[in-house]
Amino acid sequence: MSKYIGKSIKRVEDKRFITGQGKYTDDIKLVNMAFAYILRSPYANAKITSITTDAAQEMEGVLAVYTAADIPESIAGVPCGWQVNFKNGDTMKEPPHPLLVRNKVRHVGDAVALVVAESRSIAKDASELIQIDYEVMDAVTNPKEAVQKGAPLVHEDVPDNICFDWELGNPKEEVEKALKDAAHVTELEFINQRVVPNAIEPRSAIGHYDTAYERYTLYTSTQNPHLIRLLLCAFVLGIPEHKVRVVGPDVGGGFGSKIFHYTEEALVIFFSKVLGRPIKWTAERSESFLTDAHGRDHVSHAKMGFDQDGKIVALQAHTFANLGAYLSTFAPAVPTYLHGTLFQGLYTTPKINVDVTGVFTHTNVVDAYRGAGRPETTYLIERLVDLAALEMEIDPTELRYKNFIPAFDGVDQPGYQTQVALQYDSGNYAPVLEKALEMVGYEEFRKEQAAQSNGKFLGIGFSTYIEACGIAPSAVVGALGARAGLFESAQVTVQPTGKVTVYTGSHSHGQGHETTFAQVVADRLGISIDDVEIVHGDSDRVAFGMGTYGSRSLAVGGSAIVKSLDKVLEKGAKIAAHLLEASADDLEYDEGKWTVKGTDKSVSFGDVSLTSYVPHNYPEGLEPGLDFSSFYDPTNFTYPFGAHIAIVEVDKETGVVKLKRFIAVDDVGNVINPMIVDGQIHGGLAQGIGQAMHEEAIYDDTGQLINGSYMDYCMPRADDFPSFEIDRTTTPCPHNPLGVKGAGEAGCIGSTPAVVNAVIDALWKNGHKVKDIQMPMTPERVWSAMQG
Amino acid sequence: MIPFSFEYKKAASVKEAISMLDGDAKILGGGHSLIPTLKLRLDSPACLIDISKIESLQHIRDNDNSISIGAGVTHAQIAEDKSLATHCPMMGQAAKEIGDIQVRNRGTLGGSIAHADPAADWPAVLLAANAQVTIQNSNGTRTVDIDQFFKGFFETALEEGEIITTITVPKTMANQNSAYVKFKQPASRFAIVGCAVALAMNGSTIESARIGLTGVADVTYRPDNVEKALIGEDLNEASIDKSVQDVTDGVSVMSDHYASESYRKHLAQVFVKRALKKLM
Amino acid sequence: MAYKITLTVNGKTITAELEARTILADFLREHLSLTGTHIGCDTSSCGACTVHINGAAVKSCTVLAVQADGTDITTVEGLSQNGNLHPIQEGFNQEHGLQCGFCTPGMMMTAKDLLQRNPNPSEQEIREALEGNFCRCTGYHNIVKSIQYAANKM
Repeated sequence: MSKYIGKSIKRVEDKRFITGQGKYTDDIKLVNMAFAYILRSPYANAKITSITTDAAQEMEGVLAVYTAADIPESIAGVPCGWQVNFKNGDTMKEPPHPLLVRNKVRHVGDAVALVVAESRSIAKDASELIQIDYEVMDAVTNPKEAVQKGAPLVHEDVPDNICFDWELGNPKEEVEKALKDAAHVTELEFINQRVVPNAIEPRSAIGHYDTAYERYTLYTSTQNPHLIRLLLCAFVLGIPEHKVRVVGPDVGGGFGSKIFHYTEEALVIFFSKVLGRPIKWTAERSESFLTDAHGRDHVSHAKMGFDQDGKIVALQAHTFANLGAYLSTFAPAVPTYLHGTLFQGLYTTPKINVDVTGVFTHTNVVDAYRGAGRPETTYLIERLVDLAALEMEIDPTELRYKNFIPAFDGVDQPGYQTQVALQYDSGNYAPVLEKALEMVGYEEFRKEQAAQSNGKFLGIGFSTYIEACGIAPSAVVGALGARAGLFESAQVTVQPTGKVTVYTGSHSHGQGHETTFAQVVADRLGISIDDVEIVHGDSDRVAFGMGTYGSRSLAVGGSAIVKSLDKVLEKGAKIAAHLLEASADDLEYDEGKWTVKGTDKSVSFGDVSLTSYVPHNYPEGLEPGLDFSSFYDPTNFTYPFGAHIAIVEVDKETGVVKLKRFIAVDDVGNVINPMIVDGQIHGGLAQGIGQAMHEEAIYDDTGQLINGSYMDYCMPRADDFPSFEIDRTTTPCPHNPLGVKGAGEAGCIGSTPAVVNAVIDALWKNGHKVKDIQMPMTPERVWSAMQG
Repeated sequence: MIPFSFEYKKAASVKEAISMLDGDAKILGGGHSLIPTLKLRLDSPACLIDISKIESLQHIRDNDNSISIGAGVTHAQIAEDKSLATHCPMMGQAAKEIGDIQVRNRGTLGGSIAHADPAADWPAVLLAANAQVTIQNSNGTRTVDIDQFFKGFFETALEEGEIITTITVPKTMANQNSAYVKFKQPASRFAIVGCAVALAMNGSTIESARIGLTGVADVTYRPDNVEKALIGEDLNEASIDKSVQDVTDGVSVMSDHYASESYRKHLAQVFVKRALKKLM
Repeated sequence: MAYKITLTVNGKTITAELEARTILADFLREHLSLTGTHIGCDTSSCGACTVHINGAAVKSCTVLAVQADGTDITTVEGLSQNGNLHPIQEGFNQEHGLQCGFCTPGMMMTAKDLLQRNPNPSEQEIREALEGNFCRCTGYHNIVKSIQYAANKM
């Protein structure tokens, strides 16, 4: 019986946001709070020869100017949470990422000094008085150039700037042989450009040390407060975890960039104790551009081989992955275990080899950004498939149908074992494409395309993708190098009056957990959604959590809640049985009450709740209370999939691409709140399309980010998009109690190649047989492609 | 983002504003060119003189043969003004292409041309419109032809101690028409190429043409070779295509990460064509 | 040097003393604790700080507080009247026009300006009117629908 699940319940969190009462980190004011400004390096690679802070220190209203000299040597910096080994078994190179730079800056934006003052304006004014002498050296920003002999080194002890090399799949010789024997090989060298996450809320952190209780509190715009606490305590500052509270209040978007533990969080906590006052730091947008972990930045070379019938026989790819100047929290996992493991795609490709070189450069760090590794894989595979279809003159949909893995439900039929380590849970791939084609009106479109003659070129592009999310079984990720478990926890507290408080370790930064989770709870318990409150984002209220990323909140966090709900109902049944003088086995639970089967004797959830806290008439030996915690560790990843279609119109004269239609059919397993899932897809599409058409972080040869502002970096806007046309199929996940797979990243993973493929199709059909247009497909790039 | 400290003075009249203008002071109108510069700490004037409350700078006045626009009139006011829509259509068209709703509500015509950003829209439009800029100083007022106003990269004929008060555009006659088209830098919304065209016709023949181009070079300019080539031609696709070939001849064309020199040259041709075709 | 200003914010008369360089957005957030107005950028681009001055939407990050002397300001906190949500607020809730909520106040204030000028905008007109407001969560799809909802209701 579902009163809430599957329904588009309006979000309970909206009211505070639409009335201006959301509470983001920068909205918080603490008594006696001081303000920090961070002076950052203007150079990408330079030795610091001297720092003079006297004039700044003396300015009225300045409380302190801190440099690396004020931080004990024992505090090396922020750690990396994932270890990838070299092919030869050596551990990856892991140079420290200091809180403030001591001797050498390694990217523009590297933090050099922290000015703390009575106001933001004084802190900023004072920073202008700090004198730093730099000895500027050559920089390298492109990962392929950085591995060349003689390239400037980012870290002296990392030869050739290589952090790791890594390989997955079938032996390279086997794959190369299969490619050699193939009837057709499509080959492409391309760039998956660096993008900036651009959550609209800039990062912010407030550190507070309470001398009375000897406790620290960190308010921070984070996707996972508990992980920040763990890293801060155990790896950075060596402070006792039980004396630290981390609060992630309302968070204004993250898209991956607020997963990571940033140096500023440690700085405000550490120096709040030194100074004896709370310290707030909030990024200016230009700082966000320079220091929020960036995404993507791969330079790849890939080959896909086909037999006479268009069956894929082999796939080989080598990628140089730019990691930036330091290792961000999950950086090494992104181009490896979140990337290489997806090379099977939706296809039966029998031979696959993926080779990745992780490279340091004099640029800001790169880490997980919506999709994290999977968009890069999807881009690579789906570009090759559409290009191969053009080259072989086969319809791109037909080519896909030929190669799809046949349907399997993961229950009666086993999961699908890929060549690249994963076992897909359940899948039925042809229907998403069929549905999308129906929506687009494929045959009519091709006729329209052939008939067009108005100076505009029409094109259609496809992408059929799979992703892995619901990250993940701890044992598996542990074996793959994760230095943390990836379970989730949930506590369900039934109050004496039958109201329910749920404490979840998943932390919403826009996903609507307060609504979706409440729907699950209300339905399972048969109570009103108004009687449920979801608590998240505070390590003092929620015992433990692993946070929100990798589309995992419902699949992992939701499953933990279900486990606790099951325990509540199990114990409730014992109490009900006692009250009804029946055996628990004879009871059934529905609509908020236990009934003795076949009778009208029943007791309500509210009465059982009250009895559990007022246990006067109570089962012997049973503990009072109705309150359960659970930890859920999934047995596998989940594997959403889908088909995306883009229709574009290219202006022959200017190269301007207009996105005319975008169709997305996604299968994210069972859906709890369709409205919220649709919203997740819309947002993902905009980011994926944004990468294809508009976004790119550009570093020049000296390591300057030359478009680090909204006047230069093109954010997608409302008038860049048509109304999205979306639908779904439902293939439940067989291994979690809700049957859900995750929807946060799907839109972003599938959409990018569809748009580029559409432009290539438009050009190709009009006589310009270009294989690639580098993203973002700016008018000039498209126009240039038509001049050849 | 916090500017350096400065003093602030509110002027009740243009005369008072001029009296407050010493070496290190700057005029503050809508602030939409100046305040971003201050926030980025690219400039640090000692004093700002706020002229936004001066009533005399706020009007659009319909004269017999011209329309006078106060320097403090916002882009939004211009976009919605009916007499400009009738008598100088490219003004309204350009106003709607500037920034966004919020910027248009606040940014002013006078502020924009005093700033003289090489990619701003107004310079091209005013050049094509053959506007006149009225400037006041402590000695009185002077009028500068628009052809003499834009001197270079962020540089105008405005001298120290002077304030722009009015921009006057001639009304288009029955045989005249004008248009503005723009290729936007998608991030900044400034022009990669902005082209304003004003034509006077004698029947189907072009009698005179004024063209203003912004975004292309480090200062807005008139491609007089193209203007001349158009005179005497019929306004049709063939004559347009033929006449616009040399629109960037002798001009040092800008180049940046979004549009190279060669692409900008190409776009300049395309957008002059498109502006002219709008008048066909 | 401190400057004294008097203005109306959400119907209340406010007098304050502040530095000339104080940006209106900071004044609203820091001095008046009206933290519904957000700051998302340095370049007058993102629109999260949009408020109304004398009934017109402006980016409060690009206005000095001293310039607002004598004006009438409405922020997101002043949108609902007597405890009733404004139709635009209602639209954003009904059509799921927000996710993280950070851009939402600015979006709604811009929408209000649009609907004042054009009570029945087309989808394209709505999209164009939002060119000065960034949202990273929704892909704008449901923001457009939210504004359509409000237009129908108003």
